[in-house]
Amino acid sequence: MTSASAGRDWTLADVPPPPRTASAVADPPWVRGLLIGVALLFLGLFLLLPLVTVFGQAFSKGIGVYLDAITDPMALAAMRLTLLVAAISVPVNAVFGVAAAWAIAKFEFRGKSLLITAIDLPFAVSPVVSGLIFVLLFGAQGLLGPWLTLHGVKIIFAIPGIVIATTFITFPFVAHELIPLMQEQGTEEEEAAVSLGASGFQIFRRVTLPNISLGLLYGIVLLNARAMGEFGAVSVVSGHIRGQTNTMPLHVEILYNEYQGAAAFAVASLLALLAVVTLVVKRVLEWRMGRASRAL
Amino acid sequence: MRSKRSSLLLSSLVFAFAVSGATARADKTLLNVSYDPTRELYDEYNALFAKHWEETKGEKVEIQQSHGGSGKQARAVIDGLEADVVTLALAGDVDALFEKGNLIPKTWQKRLPNNSCPYTSTIVLLVRKGNPKGIHDWEDVAKPGVGVITPNPKTSGGARWNFLAAWGYALDKWNGDEAKARELLRGIYKNAVVMDTGARGSTTTFVERGIGDVLIAWENEALLALETLSHGEYEIVVPSESILAEPPVALVDTVARRKGTTGVAETYLQYLYSPEAQQVIGKRHYRPSDPAVAETYAAKFPKLKLFTIEEKFGGWKPAQARFFAEGGIFDQVYQPGN
Repeated sequence: MTSASAGRDWTLADVPPPPRTASAVADPPWVRGLLIGVALLFLGLFLLLPLVTVFGQAFSKGIGVYLDAITDPMALAAMRLTLLVAAISVPVNAVFGVAAAWAIAKFEFRGKSLLITAIDLPFAVSPVVSGLIFVLLFGAQGLLGPWLTLHGVKIIFAIPGIVIATTFITFPFVAHELIPLMQEQGTEEEEAAVSLGASGFQIFRRVTLPNISLGLLYGIVLLNARAMGEFGAVSVVSGHIRGQTNTMPLHVEILYNEYQGAAAFAVASLLALLAVVTLVVKRVLEWRMGRASRAL
Repeated sequence: MRSKRSSLLLSSLVFAFAVSGATARADKTLLNVSYDPTRELYDEYNALFAKHWEETKGEKVEIQQSHGGSGKQARAVIDGLEADVVTLALAGDVDALFEKGNLIPKTWQKRLPNNSCPYTSTIVLLVRKGNPKGIHDWEDVAKPGVGVITPNPKTSGGARWNFLAAWGYALDKWNGDEAKARELLRGIYKNAVVMDTGARGSTTTFVERGIGDVLIAWENEALLALETLSHGEYEIVVPSESILAEPPVALVDTVARRKGTTGVAETYLQYLYSPEAQQVIGKRHYRPSDPAVAETYAAKFPKLKLFTIEEKFGGWKPAQARFFAEGGIFDQVYQPGN
């Protein structure tokens, strides 16, 4: 499980704060000071410093080098590809996630726990292994390789392969967000809608979707961040053709290996910016979800 | 629901931006799958060749590049990366295209001059300014207290050249006494501070992270590091004897035939031997195979005693099996943690 659902647990859970006992605040001030100091130091060293370094390095050779790096044709091609991949895998996984969460939370059927386990699979295997799975499947020596070659279909080492790998890796995000939420909400409202004569689609659109919209958005934000940032699996299936199959994370690696440190960090800073935006949006959504759940 | 609609609009805009500009404009497209340090070389050569092809055939050709560790790249081509040509670090990796993928004929290396090697290189030593540890030859690298940076021969083609260069030197120095050679190599690898997975990683470790006293490196890699990264902080030490590194090039017949690019791909490789291309090769720190062009770069590439892998080890296959296979000589001389 990721920090995503852990984070939601404490914002959504409508539990009153535990009663304050004397022992909870009885620590001497120096212990508290020490704990807070250690936490802040850790935060600064491991989170803030790297982020600052990325931007520092990105601008180390001046704004001109920075702008050149992010408007270089190869960089633009990488950005286009990254956006294209996200534009495909995010909607696909959003639809799948809602469908899976709906099925799991609102219905009883055989093999349900198997489905839940299967959804977790991409989180459980290393991204490199995920990439290799697709090489074994679609590669020239792979299971479907000869047929694909014969029919001139390119999957691996081309854009379809990157999309497939990214979609696989980011499979669980939305479902993970929605399953607990929908389970918590139960089926009463849907049952009421049925009794009032609503059709299946009407129920979904007018009852279920509004209830889960914030959770869904939250899941999509995390899904998008990972889709754009995925390195391991994409690296395996990409083929690293410049201007063709290099995504932004791969482009960063190439620039760094070409001794173009400032340019590498310039492109990396865009990804870091994406992370910052993601966190801000996530925080806002958490806040609104917290309010929504209190309002219930 | 307003946010939903606007996000839909946004994503379709993103999609349109992503799809636009993805179309190629050239009449023909070639993919050259190469190894790590040739990026700068092929950046320049591709432009030269595209101009040459357009002038002679009136056709626009676009050459795409893919770079990575040599063995990994060969693997990708076998798995279906559609390379029209490969330009790899060692013949063994090109052999794999025949052995594992049947993509090229067995006699591929006879198709172009110099065993299909339009350029060569060698293995040299890069040290810090003023050579504070007094490193002049292979034995100095094995001295106690010297920090050595070299990649891991298990994963890096360059690292294997490094190992064999030192081994061949030792054999010549001590009249074929293998015990002496083992002792030298044991000393060198005992001094290894960091063993990266690839040659470029080792250069970065030595130059940018400032670790170690000596980097065992491709000559082209060392010259590139001097040119792009150094402000007089490093110098190259040429050992008395080293190995002639022969990175070969090959047409990937089956792929080119399928894509209808055989003619342009063949010309792409042949043109590497032209005087203009040989100039680019020299400029980009590889030793030109054309003697006339090599002469003009004589100052850049010092003469040293060079042996080939063929004459010392009987080719890549026996060398690979004897030195780098599981339990081979490398495993015997290198004990991590010592």
